Amino acid sequence: MKNEMQNEIGKLNTRRWFLQRCGVGMAGLALNSLLIKDGFSAGIPNSLTARAPHFTPTAKRVVYIFMAGAPSHLDLLDHKPELVKRQGQLPPPSLLKDYRAAFIDPNSILYGTEFEFSKHGECGYEISELLPHIAKHVDDICFIRSMHTNEVNHAPAQIFMNTGHQQFGRPSLGSWTVYGLGSESEDLPGYVVLTSAKGTSAGASNYGCGFLPTIFNGVPFRGTGDPILYLSNPDGYDDRAQRDSLDVLKRLNEETLARTADPQTAARIQSYETAYRLQSSAPELMDLGQESQATLDAYMIKNPEESNFARNCLLARRLLERDVRFVQLFHEAWDQHSTLVKDHTKNCLDTDQPVAALLQDLKDRDMLKDTLVIWGGEFGRTPMAQAPGDDIGRDHHNRAFTIWMAGGGVKAGFTYGATDDLGFNVVENPVHVHDLNATILHMLGFDHEKLTYRFQGRDYRLTDVHGHVVNDILS
Amino acid sequence: MGKYLNNPLSIEAPKFMSSRLVHTLLAIMPAFLAAKEKTVDYGSEILPILSENCFECHGPDAEAREAGLRLDTQEGAYADLVGAVAIAPGNPEKSELIYRVNHSDTDERMPPKEFKKSLSNEQKQLLRLWIEQGAKYEEHWAWQKPIERNIPRHSKHPIDAFTLDRLKKEGLKPAKQANPYTLARRLYLDLIGLPPNLQEIDTFLFAFKKNKTRAIEKLIDELMNRPSFGEKWGRHWLDLARYADSNGYEKDKPRDQWIYRDWVIDALNDDMPYDQFLVEQLAGDLLPNRTQDQLIATGFMRNGMINEEGAIIVEQFRIDGIFDRMDTLGKTALGLTLRCAQCHTHKFDPITHDEYYGLFAFFNETHEAKSWIYSNEQLERIASIKHQIKDLENKIKEERPNWKNEFSSWKKEQLKHSSIWKVWDTSFQDWHGGLNHPNELDDHSILTLGHPSISGYSVTEGESNLPMISGIRLEALTHPDLPFTGPGRSYWGTFAISEIKVFRKWPQEKDWKPVELGHASANFDAEVGTMRDYFFHETLDKEEKRKIGPVCFLIDGDDRTAWAPDRGPIRRHSEYAAVVAFKEPLATPKGSQLRVELLQNHGGAKNGQDNQMLGRYRFALTDIPNPKAPDYNHAPVLALAVPEEDLTEKKRSALFRAWCMTQGDFEGELAQIEELEANYPEAKTSVLNTMDSLPEYPRTTYLLDRGIWNKPKHAVKRQTPSILNELSKVNPSRLDLAHWITSKDAPLTARVQVNRIWQSIFGAGLVLTPEDWGTRAPKPEYLELLDWLAVDFRESGWSQKALIKNILTSKTYQQDSKVTSKKIERDPNNRLLARGPRFRTEAEVLRDIALAASGLLTQGVGGPSIFPPVPESVIKQNYVVPDYWYPAEDENRYRRSLYMFKKRSMPDPVLTSFDAPNADESCTGRIRSNTPLSALTSLNETIFVEASQGLAQRILREGGQSNEERANYGYLLTTGRPANSFERKEITNLIESQNERLSEGWLDIRKIAFKDPKSIPKLPEGVSPRDVASWTIVSRVLLNLDETLTKN
Repeated sequence: MKNEMQNEIGKLNTRRWFLQRCGVGMAGLALNSLLIKDGFSAGIPNSLTARAPHFTPTAKRVVYIFMAGAPSHLDLLDHKPELVKRQGQLPPPSLLKDYRAAFIDPNSILYGTEFEFSKHGECGYEISELLPHIAKHVDDICFIRSMHTNEVNHAPAQIFMNTGHQQFGRPSLGSWTVYGLGSESEDLPGYVVLTSAKGTSAGASNYGCGFLPTIFNGVPFRGTGDPILYLSNPDGYDDRAQRDSLDVLKRLNEETLARTADPQTAARIQSYETAYRLQSSAPELMDLGQESQATLDAYMIKNPEESNFARNCLLARRLLERDVRFVQLFHEAWDQHSTLVKDHTKNCLDTDQPVAALLQDLKDRDMLKDTLVIWGGEFGRTPMAQAPGDDIGRDHHNRAFTIWMAGGGVKAGFTYGATDDLGFNVVENPVHVHDLNATILHMLGFDHEKLTYRFQGRDYRLTDVHGHVVNDILS
Repeated sequence: MGKYLNNPLSIEAPKFMSSRLVHTLLAIMPAFLAAKEKTVDYGSEILPILSENCFECHGPDAEAREAGLRLDTQEGAYADLVGAVAIAPGNPEKSELIYRVNHSDTDERMPPKEFKKSLSNEQKQLLRLWIEQGAKYEEHWAWQKPIERNIPRHSKHPIDAFTLDRLKKEGLKPAKQANPYTLARRLYLDLIGLPPNLQEIDTFLFAFKKNKTRAIEKLIDELMNRPSFGEKWGRHWLDLARYADSNGYEKDKPRDQWIYRDWVIDALNDDMPYDQFLVEQLAGDLLPNRTQDQLIATGFMRNGMINEEGAIIVEQFRIDGIFDRMDTLGKTALGLTLRCAQCHTHKFDPITHDEYYGLFAFFNETHEAKSWIYSNEQLERIASIKHQIKDLENKIKEERPNWKNEFSSWKKEQLKHSSIWKVWDTSFQDWHGGLNHPNELDDHSILTLGHPSISGYSVTEGESNLPMISGIRLEALTHPDLPFTGPGRSYWGTFAISEIKVFRKWPQEKDWKPVELGHASANFDAEVGTMRDYFFHETLDKEEKRKIGPVCFLIDGDDRTAWAPDRGPIRRHSEYAAVVAFKEPLATPKGSQLRVELLQNHGGAKNGQDNQMLGRYRFALTDIPNPKAPDYNHAPVLALAVPEEDLTEKKRSALFRAWCMTQGDFEGELAQIEELEANYPEAKTSVLNTMDSLPEYPRTTYLLDRGIWNKPKHAVKRQTPSILNELSKVNPSRLDLAHWITSKDAPLTARVQVNRIWQSIFGAGLVLTPEDWGTRAPKPEYLELLDWLAVDFRESGWSQKALIKNILTSKTYQQDSKVTSKKIERDPNNRLLARGPRFRTEAEVLRDIALAASGLLTQGVGGPSIFPPVPESVIKQNYVVPDYWYPAEDENRYRRSLYMFKKRSMPDPVLTSFDAPNADESCTGRIRSNTPLSALTSLNETIFVEASQGLAQRILREGGQSNEERANYGYLLTTGRPANSFERKEITNLIESQNERLSEGWLDIRKIAFKDPKSIPKLPEGVSPRDVASWTIVSRVLLNLDETLTKN
């Protein structure tokens, strides 16, 4: 009885813990509240308390499907019949001036796609046969065919997409987002990362918080073992033993608090209670047993226990439902320097249907309107062939690639920007990585120039000193 | 101030004038009244406003300057710009600045609206008041050399004198001295990063009772002499040095750099003076008669990341690496945000773009060197071998009194011989598939850095330079950017070439035709051997059929055999040559092309870590019949071409040895030399070190436009920022730079380090921005104290131990950390120091406390990093899965956290959750977070769980018989103090309730109590496994107490 009461009190005290002072220590507090005056963050920059952005956002949450390794825009989303026609020819020398691919001599033969494209939806967007399920959603999607980036190697380019800088050590888009907006989830972290296929080139820095306080780090939910590291009690403990231990810990720490009056002790007492709640909320989240067979089928989940991209898509929906602010899926599988036909086919089989199911699911739950879905990689692939022959593939290409977004305030059934006949250069409405990030922040309610953090005497921002909001794609 | 100043007409416009007057009068009234009351301080009140809001367009950066107005200097601000003056001293009405910041029209108001900044009324009034009072500019406090400050007369201890003086003025009282338990634990944690054990607590308490001051001093001295002191304080420096055990980026290969970490620990334990500590790390390689240790010290700048991703342009990432070194220099030594001047002149501090690249030059004009490191005993052995060889050489010289002449004519003869080879000037260099982009150097040799490929082949093409070719020579050459100078890129700096293939294409021919090769010879021929296990490759060569050995393997048509000359330690890093004669001489009419492929398939399966590429090579062609390699080494062949006066000792000796070999008379001596050299020891480890560019590879530094690596603008000479002390040397060396940094005139060096030490102890520095002392840094509350400490530090020989002792002996440090409501209201962040420091310990200390309390800790300084257990799901998230990650199962498992392997792309999940940085860049201070994820970590992570089991057994073994006694003992071990009755009651209740549940079979005794439930260690008499289990549950609570995790 006594224990039950205490549990109840504990819950009351800690209910909104992730929301409140998931704070940094005194030094951090002092530093930041002293230094950050003009930026958005005048309030409490080091908590996850939900807070309002600069203006009314169109997107309240984000799911960023990062197709790491860089999918080929030419075989999936940017149809280039002229490239097919000129198959086997060399590219015009004028194109190659000052151009650098990563591996190949740029003066290699052109390679048209081997896949069929057809028009879909009312908007009539042309999409590859590899993506039949996403094709059904083209009227919800805004395609940006004019993306370009500075980097041409994987790790720097991934870092550049995710943090706006090619050097390591900067905060990621997800970290900036929870820094700006805080989190509305009571029991789960604000920024969750799910990985499939293999680890990414740029590793943990892709979702790192850089110089922002550690609470803004992306928290990876793992496919095997504990979904959150060290979530399970040690071997042999049951829940009662855990609760009993934490009750004693709490009382002992409260005794310390009474003596020291240190606010950090109060925060620590809360953090242990939230940890306890996480021990039930995270497994609950990961348990797909509550989902119907129809849902599992829609996402193409054959074995709910098996960790893969499809499962991550459904988990993304479950996270978003539970008010997690930013969910990022990494699928490192797209680097097809060779055997592009075979491997892109496989990658699309693995990912096309689950992504479409996620879109449909969000729509059915009326969440797509304020959830921004982003799909894309770190650069594009060359119109020129690499490893010609049976193993033909494409090299890295940073001058043009395609990404798409849906929901959260982007124009639906809309196409922005265009590349030349070969899909080599952007010829209309170029969108640089900084522009994309500025636009995403805009949808989240931020002026990207004002979402800043003072570090080393400088106000850093996601977009460095660049970036223009692409107003044309906003609904 | 933009448009307005550029348009004198608008100033004259009467309409403007009248509205302006009204406006200013209205805005100014309240401030005017307050004016008599206070004097505005430029440094703490005005500069922050100007720097924050104005300098971006009216600051040091001339290129970004608007309207020609500069507000960061007095001359600039007072200047008459076409009839308008930004600041008219004493006359706010005439000051354009006042007018513009108050302007009602948002298009005219400053700062411009697009900057999204605005001044508060208070700030506007301050500016006005300051101008009224004469608008005096002062040099930013941090640019001024710290001066010796008078110590206030409140205490004998200088630190207390300063704080008491201030607290008195603030009407605050210092806290009383903390109790001896708290004090002891605080001192232990601050000095050695470990909690005291029971005996240590007792000893201190006893001494404290007798004489408080003496007890504290004695303890400080004792702890400073322990090796753990260097481990604790070295860790702070390693954050700055961005020390890691892997290269970062996609491949993130492991590196051997721990010897640098050990150097830092030793230097701190030896209390190496801080100026020397900096000099050795920045330029130890340039010190006269430098020692191996001084070379290791230069690993400091080389701790940054190295990109080895496929197809990269190496130069791009080399430049990124130098940027990182600049950032590190700025943060650690100078206290300047140099990075802000990487793309343009600094916006806030007077550091020009040219000055940035002037500093950059010191680090840019270097090689990416890697050197073997020997034990002291090995070093002695090497010296002895070299000495004996010298003796033998002298003996030969004595036997041939005329050796000089003979040697000289021999050289002439050989030179003639070597001229039969014509170096091939190639037009195309590649690595098949583009994973690498080799570079041709001035001497037509080809250097391959970047991706470490485990199989594949290099391609070289070019026009033939002879009408007839009888053979080709492949030279394997050393280079300072290769590991240990190469010539290979393997872990040992060796290489293996599986096959050489030559093709020709006559003019008008379309396809390459293979050239038949006849015979191969080399100046050094290895025996047939198998490869080291290190290069094992499961898929490429499961049955281990690959062989290495003699030069004939080059042309045997079997790519499983490779020419892999390795002359053993030290000697392997020399040049080799293989000569391949064509089966038939090949006619190559003008315009004929040649293509050479070097197949290199002898790498292992560790993702490049175990490549065996040839790093630098060069080809030459000949037309003499049956070309062969000479009998002696290739080094003298190359030395022949060097003018006598440029010969190094090493080259001279190589030539002399070659001459001896051709004489026939010295076989005995040569055999002895051979035997001696064969006994060179294999080094114990290696280091990435700093090395100046060799004269044969000069590098010019250019200012990079916008900081872009391939956009050089103009050449820049070495120079230092003029805002700091002067470096009065022509062509200064990196050593001069290091001396400049540690010079007595340097305004910041001492202060920056004093501040960081203060920060480590108090949780926050006297200056809150340890990496930024520029105009935007907030002026410290205790500038006088900081300066006093800095001057004292510098003048008394830069002793870090003395400085730390000085701080720890102060009453200020020893205060109780209890927070009172008055103090939290007046000074929530303890900037005024009216109470002692209390904060959660750093990641490594926190984990070490668990290890120490449980008795599991393995002490011992230095050595290779250890692999902690990490969940499988984390290992698998790596792009390149670390197949070397075998968690230590022996006593190494419980070494101090400082020794945990730091893999950049897989930051340790335990340390990260307690805010350890992952060495992406230099870290000057850690943030302290407090999250549920860290709670889960210290509750459930493997090592913490093992610590709870260890602690339980220790309590049962040593803590007495009753639960009360044991509870008390547990508290002493974890928090360093006895438990009070409430705490004892809580613990004994928990023991009783858990014993009941364990007995009833609700919980698994063995799983809870023991790391391996199948094997139970010997337990003390009368102790049952159930006791261990219930005390393990309790111990887990004790290890997670706020007081355990915190420095109190």
